[in-house]
Amino acid sequence: MVDPFFVALELVFQPYVLLVIVCAGAFGLLVGSIPGLTATMATALLVPVTFFMDPIPAIAAIVTTVATAIFAGDIPGALLRIPGTPASAAYCDEAFAMTRKGQASKALGVGLVCSVIGGLLGSAVLMGATSTLADFAFKFSSFEYFWLACLGLSCAVIVSTGSVIKGFASLLIGLFISTIGIDLMSGHPRFTFGSIELLGGVSFIPAMIGMFAISEILRFVATADHVRPQIPHQRVTSVFEGVGRVMSKYRWNLLRGSSLGALIGVLPGAGADIAAWVAYAVSKRTSKEKEKFGDGHAEGLVDASAANNAGLSGAWVPALVFGIPGDSVTAIAIGVLYMKGMNPGPMIFLENPQILNSVFIIFFVANLVLLPLGYLAIRLSTQMLKIPARMLMPAILLFCLVGSFAITNSVYGVIVMLVMGVLAFAMEENGFPIAPTILGIVLGGMLEEMFLSSMIKSDGNFFEFFSRPIAASLGVLTIAVWVYPIMTSLKGNIASRNRL
Amino acid sequence: MKLPIKIMRGGFLAAVAAFTLAGAAVAEYPERPVTLIVPWGAGGGTDATGRIIGNLLQEELGQPVNVVNRTGGSGVVGHSAIATAEPDGYTIGVVTVEIGMMHWAGLTDLTWEDYTPIALYNSDASGVNVRADSEWNTLEDVFDAVAANPGAHKGSGAGQGSIWHLALAGMLSGQGLAPNSVPWVPSKGGAPALQELVAGGVDIVTSSVVEASGLISAGRVKTLGVMSSQRLAAFPDVPTLVEANGPDWQMSAWRGIAGPAGLPDDVATKLSSAMEKVYNSVEFIDAMNDRGFGLNYLPSAKFSEWMQQSDAAMGVVMNAVGLAK
Repeated sequence: MVDPFFVALELVFQPYVLLVIVCAGAFGLLVGSIPGLTATMATALLVPVTFFMDPIPAIAAIVTTVATAIFAGDIPGALLRIPGTPASAAYCDEAFAMTRKGQASKALGVGLVCSVIGGLLGSAVLMGATSTLADFAFKFSSFEYFWLACLGLSCAVIVSTGSVIKGFASLLIGLFISTIGIDLMSGHPRFTFGSIELLGGVSFIPAMIGMFAISEILRFVATADHVRPQIPHQRVTSVFEGVGRVMSKYRWNLLRGSSLGALIGVLPGAGADIAAWVAYAVSKRTSKEKEKFGDGHAEGLVDASAANNAGLSGAWVPALVFGIPGDSVTAIAIGVLYMKGMNPGPMIFLENPQILNSVFIIFFVANLVLLPLGYLAIRLSTQMLKIPARMLMPAILLFCLVGSFAITNSVYGVIVMLVMGVLAFAMEENGFPIAPTILGIVLGGMLEEMFLSSMIKSDGNFFEFFSRPIAASLGVLTIAVWVYPIMTSLKGNIASRNRL
Repeated sequence: MKLPIKIMRGGFLAAVAAFTLAGAAVAEYPERPVTLIVPWGAGGGTDATGRIIGNLLQEELGQPVNVVNRTGGSGVVGHSAIATAEPDGYTIGVVTVEIGMMHWAGLTDLTWEDYTPIALYNSDASGVNVRADSEWNTLEDVFDAVAANPGAHKGSGAGQGSIWHLALAGMLSGQGLAPNSVPWVPSKGGAPALQELVAGGVDIVTSSVVEASGLISAGRVKTLGVMSSQRLAAFPDVPTLVEANGPDWQMSAWRGIAGPAGLPDDVATKLSSAMEKVYNSVEFIDAMNDRGFGLNYLPSAKFSEWMQQSDAAMGVVMNAVGLAK
């Protein structure tokens, strides 16, 4: 019998499949780099096309599109401060700060190489440990998810620059926004004032575009010409110049970010988003140069973008093994698998080992294809910075409007974006960081849902949160993260008092 | 700004190319693309079936059919969008079982009367799922355990007051047990509830049997009964509630195509006959069977009766279990 791996190699390395991969890669880059258009949308657009393909090219098209669209989301993030995904919001400000220092190419180059390496490592994990990881994922009940959400939110305060109190306030604003809409637990509408659109809650992508991009446009309009910070002339260098040095300096960050991404990415529903934030926070906490974070420092970028792309393949683990989608992209992919008669489940290992191996190989190829395609995209897109700001800003506004409209298919998305933009402008003018608000909106719903369903399950007994091994470990870790800064500041106070 | 415009044009062309696969046989209606609203998110069951129908319907109608997700508010947002659209046949949508539930819960004033029914195409009965290593092997085991220790075992499947919540509450009350003797742990849907079940967080999950099929074949979950009048073709080993000595209780989620109320007769007739052809096509039957979606067809007049009955039945159950406002 021929090894299914070699059969799979033969299935993937065919001119038609490779052509599909290249086209899908280009498509993913195009959609992903338009502000407001997401990887999910790119995948949904592909579904009717994959209808007419064989299973292998169909999967190849989806996997490649997602991998490239996620990276491409970093491009408008770094150049214009419009993050493409919740995950890239974690390091959007850092990359934009590098652009302001004239290092746009470097920021994107580092992001690209880290995405590729993270993606490759993630694929290797997917290949080697699919069943083990799936078992791990199925040990997570609402207790574990609750602590995970707490850890994620704590990261928001760690990540934010400046005053901790203001970071915390910003987080609370985000948590408040996440309570708008129908409450899942009781089915009651909250803060909707009779509006049908608000029943569905504040749409996340329009809110994110508004907070980052619209506030930036408002600031541009509000500042007088002569005090306006100019985006400096970008040094015309090769995209990869200096990237090698960054990589070798932060090789452990790269490995750490990828592992975190692969591990957290396998948890259905939490996925790559939390992974990137946690990776960025860990990077900042353990860095020797903490003070440089937020000011255009490549270290956090390395961790977070590696985690982002590594988490991507992780989301496929529960999808392939149990048919449980990790995010909306894999939900669509599961649909396509069913259509092709490949029902996800453990039987897929026995019935279709060559197809499963092909999925793994496609992940590798897709990440490799990302390198040259991403390089081209960076070269082309950095040209944008040569356009005078007074011409660029209206165009950005236009894209934000189109993008937010496309998410909700209604004017509601546009209104959300504009309101959040004004809010973010007011916050930033007064020294409140906006990243914690974003994370509050992302994780607020999950935090509340997991807390309440845990309390229902335990009949109101709070100690149940420590009754399961993984929950207890996560709980202790979370509390340590909270207590540690208080302890060190207390110790500092006592020490300084003793000196007096 | 040359580049992003080009990019957008590229994306737009790709989208158009994806949707314009049918020929252009222009009749009186439709003479331009039709929008099909899906009130639930991309990737879910309603979205998947909606997209299958969208693809096949555009071959029948000779115009592109764009599937648009209008999500949120437990289905209220999308259902409102269908009902309040211009009744010209260019905006139709997938209407789901929730249309007969949301108004009882006080979320909206919309009812089945706000739509022009076109066709029912699917219904999926709820299963009673437990962990594979659970000591319960029959439905009677479950009822005994619940009766002996009310409130100790938790159930999940979807949100508070959702169709799967009603499925559990109605079954318990049919058995003479208090509807809240298995406290409901709300979740975002079948998949996260099954994750909780396997992780040991809850003990019973009522959801469509299809949603659990991956975990059933993985040997993680077993289905003790299905809430339908006959066994499901895809799961012949699972008994109906009556066969398992349970109550005579049936509950399924259903999906159909409808337009806003007051659709012109010629448009409604055209859409109904197109849907009939779609439903009977090999492509549709294969696609639905592949994913395990239950096939159930009713033409427009019968679909209207069905919605009316479903609405009334939901009202009775929701009042009985205290979920109506």
